[in-house]
Amino acid sequence: MLHIKDVHARVEEKDILKGISLNVNAGEVHAIMGPNGSGKSTLASVISGKEEFELTQGEITLNSEDITELDPEERAHKGIFLSFQYPIEIPGVSVTNFIKTAINENRKAKGLEDMPASDMLKMIREKADLLEIDRKFLSRSLNEGFSGGEKKRNEIFQMAMLEPKLAILDETDSGLDIDALKVVANGVNKLKAKDNAVIVITHYQRLLDYIVPDFVHVLMDGKIVKSGTKELAYELEEKGYDWIKEELVK
Amino acid sequence: MQTALVVVVKVFHFNNYRKKAMSKYTEDDLKKELETKEYEYGFYTDIESETFPIGLNEDVVRAISMKKEEPQWMTDWRLEAFRHWQSMEEPDWANVHYEKPDFQSIAYYSAPKKVDPNKTLDDVDPELLAMYKKLGISVDEQKKMNNIAMDIVVDSVSVATTFKKTLGEKGIIFMSISEAIKEHPELVRKYLGSVVPQRDNFYAALNSAVFSDGSFCYIPKGVRCPMELSTYFRINQAGTGQFERTLVIADKGSYVSYLEGCTAPSRDENQLHAAVVELIALDDAEIKYSTVQNWFPGNKEGKGGVFNFVTKRGICEKNAKISWTQVETGSAVTWKYPSCILKGDNSVGEFYSIAVTNNFQQADTGTKMVHIGKNTKSTIISKGISAGKSQNSYRGLVKINANADNARNFSQCDSLLMGNACGAHTFPYIEAKNKSAQIEHEATTSKIGEDQIFYCNQRGIDTEKAIALIVNGFSKEVLNKLPMEFAVEAQKLLEISLEGSVG
Ligand SMILES: Nc1ncnc2c1ncn2[C@@H]1O[C@H](COP(=O)(O)OP(=O)(O)O)[C@@H](O)[C@H]1O
Ligand SMILES: [Mg+2]
Repeated sequence: MLHIKDVHARVEEKDILKGISLNVNAGEVHAIMGPNGSGKSTLASVISGKEEFELTQGEITLNSEDITELDPEERAHKGIFLSFQYPIEIPGVSVTNFIKTAINENRKAKGLEDMPASDMLKMIREKADLLEIDRKFLSRSLNEGFSGGEKKRNEIFQMAMLEPKLAILDETDSGLDIDALKVVANGVNKLKAKDNAVIVITHYQRLLDYIVPDFVHVLMDGKIVKSGTKELAYELEEKGYDWIKEELVK
Repeated sequence: MQTALVVVVKVFHFNNYRKKAMSKYTEDDLKKELETKEYEYGFYTDIESETFPIGLNEDVVRAISMKKEEPQWMTDWRLEAFRHWQSMEEPDWANVHYEKPDFQSIAYYSAPKKVDPNKTLDDVDPELLAMYKKLGISVDEQKKMNNIAMDIVVDSVSVATTFKKTLGEKGIIFMSISEAIKEHPELVRKYLGSVVPQRDNFYAALNSAVFSDGSFCYIPKGVRCPMELSTYFRINQAGTGQFERTLVIADKGSYVSYLEGCTAPSRDENQLHAAVVELIALDDAEIKYSTVQNWFPGNKEGKGGVFNFVTKRGICEKNAKISWTQVETGSAVTWKYPSCILKGDNSVGEFYSIAVTNNFQQADTGTKMVHIGKNTKSTIISKGISAGKSQNSYRGLVKINANADNARNFSQCDSLLMGNACGAHTFPYIEAKNKSAQIEHEATTSKIGEDQIFYCNQRGIDTEKAIALIVNGFSKEVLNKLPMEFAVEAQKLLEISLEGSVG
């Protein structure tokens, strides 16, 4: 589904990604772990097309189509979804209005009419229930004054509504207490299917108990330095990242 | 309740037709069309009009009055205003820069020639009907709009007033001001100029001398007007000024919601618009006055557009309330301060405004709240949105007189900037002569952030739409004050006026 080959990217004259290759097939869950500042969020931004990140080398294809020249919204229309590490506030725009706009814009891109209001309502109810989101929450201004946990839950709510092909969850677990974490993970798992894939970016092995990865990659200083199965996550939890550094030096 | 918005809705439908027709073009054409977005209502109907020669002197003022078959007192009132005007100077304290109009090169009267005001709508000049059609208001549709009363001013003369009868049964008078001068002289004489005196300011004096038409509305004691009343203004004839005069009187304990919409065809030269609106809310009465203004703002280079110099003011007697709500997206230069004189005890004044400026537009707008009575209360919510190279200023005065015990004011002025070439300015003035006054002022300036746009983009919302969404969110408190359908159209209007404002 997603093929990333030797990707180099820079922001403000600074090289951040230094040759990343990653293949994600439909039906798979990949975890990306790594110390702060190693480039995990940058990778997510580059895949979703944030303009300030300049791709200096490499290829990114989604279902064999080169997406590097596409605008972020075009990539979204093709099914890429990013759950932001730091979701953005949009004052005066309610959660409902925002998601309604997003859904209808995605439909428009596919040549479909707006979703009928009754269907929209039904879907919103369903997904809000799935994520144990209070109705009142849906009328609040997007991310404005939300707690860390509310923001993350709202990201996953949007994901549930948009039903993406490729979901990238950037530190969705930070700010969540254990109960919320279970709810969110449950939401993600419900969405998992044969024809979609998930990339989970996290510091902690904790989330991976609930969203079980098929592969774990370690990102350090802009490179994937080690890949393995979920056992690698346990090892990292136990020993930290230093042993990998040492291993690399050898 | 259906709203008067129909007029505006129809105009938008017309718009949609154009957009549909455009879809035959290629994607590139469409993009280009959006970049060089021209004024959407820019068409001109060739109706034979009778236009006075340009220039202004006492004879012209007399001729206007005579043409309209006005009584002597009205002619004298106009002449008095004209003499004041001659001794006045055009104000230049506003934060706007423009070439002052040459008042001697404007025609002060222009009327569609073949219209007989005594005929019913069905007898109207076919060319005018064609123009209605262009506007999307066919006569058939007008008949169908059984809940809407409207008074249409094309150029200077009110062409038709509908629903007079339904309203008449409640004792509501809604007609053109010219008719009112003849049919209800006692009301007009009593109230005309009672809120905005002839010599109030330069443009008000000019308007008082030469106003050609406008709307008149009277709601009797204790009557709640069952429909939204609407006036629709349009400048058509080239080289003419438009000077409407609106007078709304809500008698004791009555209620009325009044909507005003306006458009003008695009022309290279600047067109002058100087209106006066007077609202009178007697004891326990309430007037809601909503405006959606999208006069031609000039083209992308800043050429043409309407100069909009408007004086709007209302007076509140005991326990009365006046709310001004405005969405201003048009005009090259706007100079406008809808105000409330809170004369009666416990009276309430409100001002909710969204002013959008793009390209080279300049707006200096705001309000005056004058607290005279005790326990008077005012609220000001102003949202300024600037894009392109435009300048957007808020100017507000809150004045608390010495006897106005326990007066309260809350003001909030928010500015949203798009890009680095535009400007937002706030000039809040406070004059409080009573110690018990409570005045609160909040102001914010924000910029649409790249992060906000990327967040929207990532959800599949393109940049144009993202900006519309953010702007609507920013303006929400004011949009919520508009009658619902009007609000929907206002949102679209915001969207249209900001199209192409991002690179
Ligand atoms: N917009 C930016 N401008 C400058 N430097 C940036 C920007 N975004 C990220 N960086 C830098 O790139 C590096 C990687 O950041 P990031 O991808 O956020 O790491 P992670 O998500 O792994 O913690 C850091 O050194 C960070 O300071
Ligand atoms: Mg990060």
